[in-house]
Amino acid sequence: MLTILFDGVAYGMLLFVLAIGLCVTLGLMNFINLAHGAFAMAGGYLTIVMMNRHGISFYWGLPAAFLFSALLGVILERTLYVHLYTKSHLDQVLFSIGLVFMATAVVDYFMGANQQTINLPPSLEGRVTILGASIGVYRIFTIILCGLLTIGLQFVLSKTRFGSRLRAAVDDGRVARGMGIDVTKIFAITFAFGSGLAGLGGALSTGIISMDPTFPLKYMIYFLIVISVGGATTITGPFFASLLLGVADVAGKYYVPAVGGFIIYTIMVAVLILRPQGLFTKASR
Amino acid sequence: MSMTQPTKPGDGAGARMLAGAGWRWYEVLFWLAAIGLFFIFGDFIPGIPTRLMLLSEIISLGLLALSIDLVLGYAGVVTLGQGAFFGLGSYVAGIMAKAGMGAFPLSDPLIGLAAAAAVSGLAGFITSFLVLRGSDLTRLMVTLGVALILAELANQMRWLTGGADGLQGVIMGPVLGQWDFDLWGRTAYLYSLAVLFICFWISRRIVNSTFGLSLKAIKGNALRARAIGVPVNARLIAIYTIAAAIAGVAGALLAQTTQSASPDMIAFHRSADALLILVFGGAGYLYGGLIGAGLFRVMQDVIGGITLQYWQFWLGLVLVLLVLFVRGGVIGLLEGWRDRMTRKGDAP
Repeated sequence: MLTILFDGVAYGMLLFVLAIGLCVTLGLMNFINLAHGAFAMAGGYLTIVMMNRHGISFYWGLPAAFLFSALLGVILERTLYVHLYTKSHLDQVLFSIGLVFMATAVVDYFMGANQQTINLPPSLEGRVTILGASIGVYRIFTIILCGLLTIGLQFVLSKTRFGSRLRAAVDDGRVARGMGIDVTKIFAITFAFGSGLAGLGGALSTGIISMDPTFPLKYMIYFLIVISVGGATTITGPFFASLLLGVADVAGKYYVPAVGGFIIYTIMVAVLILRPQGLFTKASR
Repeated sequence: MSMTQPTKPGDGAGARMLAGAGWRWYEVLFWLAAIGLFFIFGDFIPGIPTRLMLLSEIISLGLLALSIDLVLGYAGVVTLGQGAFFGLGSYVAGIMAKAGMGAFPLSDPLIGLAAAAAVSGLAGFITSFLVLRGSDLTRLMVTLGVALILAELANQMRWLTGGADGLQGVIMGPVLGQWDFDLWGRTAYLYSLAVLFICFWISRRIVNSTFGLSLKAIKGNALRARAIGVPVNARLIAIYTIAAAIAGVAGALLAQTTQSASPDMIAFHRSADALLILVFGGAGYLYGGLIGAGLFRVMQDVIGGITLQYWQFWLGLVLVLLVLFVRGGVIGLLEGWRDRMTRKGDAP
């Protein structure tokens, strides 16, 4: 029981790190980026290549995945995404699905279609017993790392100058621009950072769920659920939504495997019907 | 060449807006060409391979894209879940034909189509209330969620749907009690084409009616449409239901002509493909879906023949370029080209 809860929390935290970049870009620019999972996949595969082909430590793989995806994010943002901000939601959806298709095929070409896993470093393997429940060390590592990231993000957003500018830009981009805030620059930085976090999440997830070229499509729906349930205007909303989703998914698959797939979709549709603005946002307007 | 409708006095604006809804010469040409394909690829000319099954599949895909066009191109509702109704229709038709074992009431193709349309239309009607709520993103999510739940259902209800293996042993009765489905797909093609034409004709009537005009008003600005007295919610429910029924017919067509139904027909990529097809051909023209479906499948065959695995890459590239540089898909391109030609002709 406690094991499942713990696994669910670890999984939820991972989902949060994967999805938070998308939440911010959606809230900030009202831009639907279905290709967010592709950045996570890039980070994941970079770690796999570094570890399995070059024997580099997993601990180096994590920051490398962050930087690589962030770089990829800022390049794509400046060259391609920037043209899409003023277009309709449909165009944005189609554009990002196109990117997902291309990313999937490219990874398939270079890495093959089969699932890839990594061998965790010995220090992260094994299980420990806490309060009578056996818990994987890697799960604990994930929870601590993601927890620290969450606290750090919350701190940056609420206490720093950049954070207040970002929040101003999310609340009302036009007014923020009028106040002399460089929204475009803030957005580029945020996009890169969000992509980097996705890459880091992808690298982390290689230890829990394996990587294959369909990763962006498979997890796209999870990201969207996190956002639609948590709302895209705060960071705490998506955080609790991720935890809820992680625990519900793991518990559902464990206790009632036959209907496991339905649970999360049903939760999502129910939430969207009852609270179209998201579960954790104040009903505005 | 268009037939202008006679304008009744006192009926100015509406009549003027509906004028020009007659059949153009290129539309007639389009349908004649579709019939012509039957004679070219129907194994009548030695040396040309039979491609009627592929063409029937194109028709089914085109009809699905047409149903999305009604919702998206005319009413402006973004959907990622039209595949749900497509799959539902295919399962309804498939399961009925299987239960009927080729005998009259259940295995009759037309009765199967009607049942598929009714069930999908009902499903569309029920889910339309979910689509009324919220923004574009909410709509995308809800339609996608409904499609995913249905796909999961089809996968789980093994006793009814055959699960992941799909529905086996579908035997169709003859069309109208006269024409059996043959090995070359001649009956399948003509049957599909006839169904497509009827659905197209109905859709054409719909979009060229005052009802269709009110949909365009809703797409333009729902708030203003409400202000001038258009019952926005009722109209959206109606068009969503109609489109779902047409998508169901498209699915039933595919199930009947291929004599199978599988989770593949209801999967996410089906909805995505159909949306791409529509955008590729051009949304808001009705013909966009049909032309897009043809180009899409031919492209898939040609590129798939060269690099079977990496066809997705080129598909993605086409999409990205399309969004960045082309408005209105293939038809939009043609229209722009025609406008430029006429402008050149006008110049001294």
